[in-house]
Amino acid sequence: MTDIWQRLPTRGKILCLVLLAAAIAAPLVADRYLLSVLILVFYFAYLGQAWNLLMGFAGQLSLGHALYLGLGAYTATALWTLFGIGPWIGVFVAIPVAAAAGMVVGWLGWRFAIEGVYFALLTIAFAEFTRIGFDHLQITGASAGMFLSVNSPGSDKWWNLGGGPLLYYYLAFILAAAATLLVARLRRSPLGYRWLAVREDPEAARAAGIDIFRAKMIAMLISAGMTAVGGVFYGFYYRNLFPSQVFDIGRSIEIIMAPIIGGLGTVFGPVVGAVLLTPLGESLTALMQHFGVNTPGAKSIFYGLTLMVIITLQPSGVWPWLARKLGLDNRPRP
Amino acid sequence: MTEHKTESNTGHNTALLAVAGISKRFRGLAAVSHVSFEVRPGEIFAVIGPNGAGKTTLFNMIAGAFAPDEGSITFAGERIEGLRSDQIARRGIGRTFQLVRPFPALTVEDNVIIGALMQTKTVHDAEKIARDILARLDLLDKRAQIASSLTLPDRKRLEVARALATGPRLLLLDEVMAGLRPTETDRIVATLRDLNRDGVTILLIEHVMRAVTALASRILVLHHGAAIAEGDPEHVLRDPAVVESYLGAESL
Amino acid sequence: MTAITLNIIVQGILTGLVYGLMALGLSVIFGVMRVVNFAHGEFTVVAMYAAFLLFDMLGVSPLLSLLPIAAAFFFLGYVLQRALVEPFISRAEHEQFILLVGLATVVVNGLLLIFGPDAHPINLPYSFDSYTIGPMFIDKVRVFAALGALAICVALFLFFRYTRTGTAIRACADNLTGAGVVGLNVKQLYAVTFGLGFACIGAAGTLMATIADASPGLAPAYTLLAFVIVIIGGLGSMAGALVGGVLIGISEALAGFYIQPSMKSMFSFALLIIVLVLRPQGLMGRRL
Repeated sequence: MTDIWQRLPTRGKILCLVLLAAAIAAPLVADRYLLSVLILVFYFAYLGQAWNLLMGFAGQLSLGHALYLGLGAYTATALWTLFGIGPWIGVFVAIPVAAAAGMVVGWLGWRFAIEGVYFALLTIAFAEFTRIGFDHLQITGASAGMFLSVNSPGSDKWWNLGGGPLLYYYLAFILAAAATLLVARLRRSPLGYRWLAVREDPEAARAAGIDIFRAKMIAMLISAGMTAVGGVFYGFYYRNLFPSQVFDIGRSIEIIMAPIIGGLGTVFGPVVGAVLLTPLGESLTALMQHFGVNTPGAKSIFYGLTLMVIITLQPSGVWPWLARKLGLDNRPRP
Repeated sequence: MTEHKTESNTGHNTALLAVAGISKRFRGLAAVSHVSFEVRPGEIFAVIGPNGAGKTTLFNMIAGAFAPDEGSITFAGERIEGLRSDQIARRGIGRTFQLVRPFPALTVEDNVIIGALMQTKTVHDAEKIARDILARLDLLDKRAQIASSLTLPDRKRLEVARALATGPRLLLLDEVMAGLRPTETDRIVATLRDLNRDGVTILLIEHVMRAVTALASRILVLHHGAAIAEGDPEHVLRDPAVVESYLGAESL
Repeated sequence: MTAITLNIIVQGILTGLVYGLMALGLSVIFGVMRVVNFAHGEFTVVAMYAAFLLFDMLGVSPLLSLLPIAAAFFFLGYVLQRALVEPFISRAEHEQFILLVGLATVVVNGLLLIFGPDAHPINLPYSFDSYTIGPMFIDKVRVFAALGALAICVALFLFFRYTRTGTAIRACADNLTGAGVVGLNVKQLYAVTFGLGFACIGAAGTLMATIADASPGLAPAYTLLAFVIVIIGGLGSMAGALVGGVLIGISEALAGFYIQPSMKSMFSFALLIIVLVLRPQGLMGRRL
């Protein structure tokens, strides 16, 4: 960990500390609405880190991360509503469930040499398959959804994630910070190097002794497991779950936005992307509502256009460019 | 004559790499047929032949890109034919690619660290190994550059550096001199000779005869997928069949 | 096999041919340009709305608007390729994909914004008529749609086989460098290919509008359906797209009748997974 810290230039260290302090102190000044936006920022930064691990580092495009999000959400929520098992224990069931699903997808895809966009299609197919399955799964309420009681006596406790926005704020913040640290650490680990090699050139990676199937499977395992934790957060934060929402392709696309905008394969990209994008999307919604336009599609159109513009003009994302501008890029330029 | 004697004296047990009767057909076309040879520890062995003679196919079978249809490949006493390329790499065979393929978006140093991580568990140690090798190949001051920004000679050196970083007992070099200027060639030749002196056995495919004669202790000549001559450079390069099929055609 | 099962299979085949035409568009674009059109279903639904509007506002039967819509979509595809996709041809696969994911998101939500989430049916005078063949009742609209799809597929086959442009496009697909060397205008041919793919979409969407009600919710489902069909049939194989379409049509019809309509696409995905495991190159695809 100290190693990562030392690699940062002084300016970066100061900026990191200032931002961390600001994030910790934010609830003192932020109102309820601003807090809810910040919760989303951290939530998307966290999920972005999870997805970026698989796509940005190991180079495997998944457009079905809603699968792991939904499985995580449903597992923990069902354990709590059906058996009274709290989310702090439930999360340790949710992680292996999603990771196992990830293994199935990865194994089917990579064992049979389904690469690139075809792999992406396979991930969508699995997410859709599961969505339809949950639409008919009676025990979790099928398509009518599953609900957590709001403010019923005894539910307002940290141990069952029944608290107010402050609890969720700090929880989301810790998740995002921990994920960023984890990714930074993995990036400089042997595993991280192997992922980069697989991403850059699978055949050359093999020649360097790397078992590329194994490397990809590990990336999938961690990415799916992390996403499941985000799913547990989703389930308890929103307190309702519908297969058509949590497993939706739109959910998967939401997850990939921050890392793509921020910068694929960079440690800070997903964070920067979430910080830039979420407030924009939210204020757009607020603005539309202010003018009395209530259209569910507007935010998605904005996301879609942003994707198109960024991928056309700045395919490596905002962060590499921003880091250079701020002098945080400690790599000597050629 | 003396060369011939030593060859019969070195049995299977002393060969580092023993290729015995391997063949490969692509859609019925024989790319390599019944080729056998042995590479002894510490030597530089060259495979030459005109384009399409099956050199790269032979190489790819040794490196595990695909399995031979028949025959066996033994490395350090262990059968390796049909293993995956990463398994073969881990047994101690490092390779370069004919069309160089360093990891394009990574720095020179990261490229070599990835190779070095095969022989060590920690990034810290891998960095040390990488520095040593980069220094050896004159790439140390370019270590922070992105691989895709290097010139072709530098990319070729990087490719050798990455293969070397895996700590191979046998280094397979697929036309590393092709497309280089004579001074560049001489530089790589010197480096390879240096490496060989430190105990790395080298098997190379090469078109640049200047490099082959300067380096190889023994040569195998392939023609239409079959071995037509094998032995020390002096004899092989004067062999009428070789002159006719290959050298003659090129020098005319 | 009971008469009712046979009846369902025949209906499935007819729907499947329309699916096949839609998938053919995807297959043609991919086969030539190696670009995966992720907005395929989205534009299919745009064509459905076009057919609906022409019918609703001007009273034009979809069978009449079929060719004009296909032609308009040809130009739409041509322009899209020139303006949007062309700069991405030589870029990384995932970048092309993300561009089209963005486009798909814009299109489907645009439809939602304009038309709302409700379904828009086209009620033709013969919408509920059917032919009686032995013990079977076959929907009249489905027969028309299938025949229309088949006719356009045949026309496309002939185009690729016998015209100069068709042959040139096949040359680009086989050997891009070679095509450039012999002086083919690859950019132009790519735009034509994209246009042809979109003409398939336009025609398929128009025909689809007669057998299904247009709604934005169909768009992602159709994109997936097209992918599933193309992967099952074999990438880049024109016959494969039709075979895959018919297979999915049958599977959907049987699952919809015997199990539950809302679960029918689960069986398509299961079929996809089985094909991927047993024959990754698809039914009609060549081994790589």
